[in-house]
Amino acid sequence: MPARKFVNSDIPDFSQQAHIDKVGVEERVSRFQKRSIKNESKLQGLKMILNMIDLTTLEGKDTPGKVKQMCYKAAHLHDAHPGLPTVAAVCVYPAMVATAKKAVEGSDVKVASVSTAFPSGQAPRKVKLDDTKFAVDNGADEIDMVISRGKFLEGDYNFVFDEIAAIKEACGNARLKVILETGELVTLDNVRRASDIALYAGADFIKTSTGKIQPAATMQVTYTMLEAIRDYKLKTGIQVGMKPAGGISNSKLALHYLVMVKETLGEEWLTNEWFRFGASSLANDVLMQILKTETGVYQSSDYFSID
Amino acid sequence: MDRLKVLKTYKIYIGGKFPRTESGRYYTPTSGKGEALGNICLSSRKDVRNAVVAARKALGDWSERAAFNRSQILYRIAEMLEGRKEQFTEELVFQGLNAKQAKNEVELSIDRLIYYAGWCDKYQQILGSVNPVASSHFNFSNSEPMGVVGIITEGGTSLLSLVSLIAPVIAGGNTCVVLASEEKPLCAVTFAEVLHSSDVPGGVVNILTGQRNELIKPLAEHMDVNAIANDTRDKEVTLMLEESSVGNLKRIRSYDLNWEKYESQHLHLISDFQEVKTTWHPIENIGGASSTY
Repeated sequence: MPARKFVNSDIPDFSQQAHIDKVGVEERVSRFQKRSIKNESKLQGLKMILNMIDLTTLEGKDTPGKVKQMCYKAAHLHDAHPGLPTVAAVCVYPAMVATAKKAVEGSDVKVASVSTAFPSGQAPRKVKLDDTKFAVDNGADEIDMVISRGKFLEGDYNFVFDEIAAIKEACGNARLKVILETGELVTLDNVRRASDIALYAGADFIKTSTGKIQPAATMQVTYTMLEAIRDYKLKTGIQVGMKPAGGISNSKLALHYLVMVKETLGEEWLTNEWFRFGASSLANDVLMQILKTETGVYQSSDYFSID
Repeated sequence: MDRLKVLKTYKIYIGGKFPRTESGRYYTPTSGKGEALGNICLSSRKDVRNAVVAARKALGDWSERAAFNRSQILYRIAEMLEGRKEQFTEELVFQGLNAKQAKNEVELSIDRLIYYAGWCDKYQQILGSVNPVASSHFNFSNSEPMGVVGIITEGGTSLLSLVSLIAPVIAGGNTCVVLASEEKPLCAVTFAEVLHSSDVPGGVVNILTGQRNELIKPLAEHMDVNAIANDTRDKEVTLMLEESSVGNLKRIRSYDLNWEKYESQHLHLISDFQEVKTTWHPIENIGGASSTY
């Protein structure tokens, strides 16, 4: 999937935006969790989830060895059980992109790199651009940038918009995911506004969180962002992806997210080109659920590789 | 005027909490005289799953506690049980024992806890060893807890068989999922309340009530259960347990002991749920015979 072209037209006034009905969102979200999913659909859903995961390691203590190990896991989720897909991508720091790129060579796994002084985003624009270019030059297929939450909360929406647009330009052919860090945006109104800014500024994906701040992804926040994506598609005809990240660690919750995507955006989004899960521990839980569904026996994490 | 009786709701015990069964089903066992004992949770395999998850989660903290601390906590359970003697005696009588038998069973249960409390910081020395080897290694073996242990109690005694198996299992640093007696479940649930108020961390002991036939299989097949203590005294059940547990080669220990006897409390019940770890530690030749000093 090539990165979208930047379209600079019909940009709305971001300060004039409808309020989000928080109670309504909660009500709607709670319904997604009550759908009955039969075994066969569940199995299909679980495999789809595996294929949508961005397997992530974003620690200060990351080493090339750790990254290689994770990349191996990304392409060989559970070799004891043939017929499983790979994950969508691995997500690493810019310094690890070259290592990761080499490690996933020959598989369908993409390399995503966080950038723009992740996770705080507190750096001059020049540094952020260099950070991004470094990752792209090293072969990153996707860039996960963070927005300047401080500027956003100050109301300096132009700054945030221009910054995203500038990073988008630096990305070249790499697809850009814009992290809103919704845990710092406080209200759903802000989440919706930040989503709109990112969408109009050229994001290929919008993403909830860095995973470093609590709360990370919640269904309420993701739903608000999905609605922004839907409205943007209706208005401009451009399809943008969604990536909830952080805090989604079990299969059941991930299935609820799939239900939400299907019922909010439609089946077009149910591929890893348009929907991702940012997670590190989700993959093993999904694997255990798949084996449980197929064998009827509850599984133990002792028999699944850690990374 | 007679006061309206407040009947107790018997719930299950998972992860330090008292949920109702996720299945929402109940059954009503009766006493020997045909009186209803209460509405008891008919747990499902999903409750087994939840209990195993809770037990696994609790294992790290429990097995790494100082042996002395585990001993203190077991002693504390005994203290709490002592304080609630009357309640247990009443329940046992309600379930069909006479007053003397009931009193005896409660007292034996308390003593059994004290017995295993004493073992907590001693069994490792007794079970461990330094082994002679023909190379420059210091070679020693010590015991480590197996992990999550399933405990299936027998129908006959309600409290004593429960305590006689839980105590050695947790004294050895394991966590457990207990299937209470199907016919006489009252004391098991009340014992959970004792555990809850005696410093035992949530998840170390999880207690489920319900039909044995329904719950044994998911427990025996569960890949995250490391061993099973079987007190059913039923050949068919024992055979089924051994067959279903091959997936992860669980250790199955089946007992046929009279728990009322003093001989039924033993170090072996602790070592039944221990793995032996042997360490080869390379050293210079330290034998005195070859010393040139």
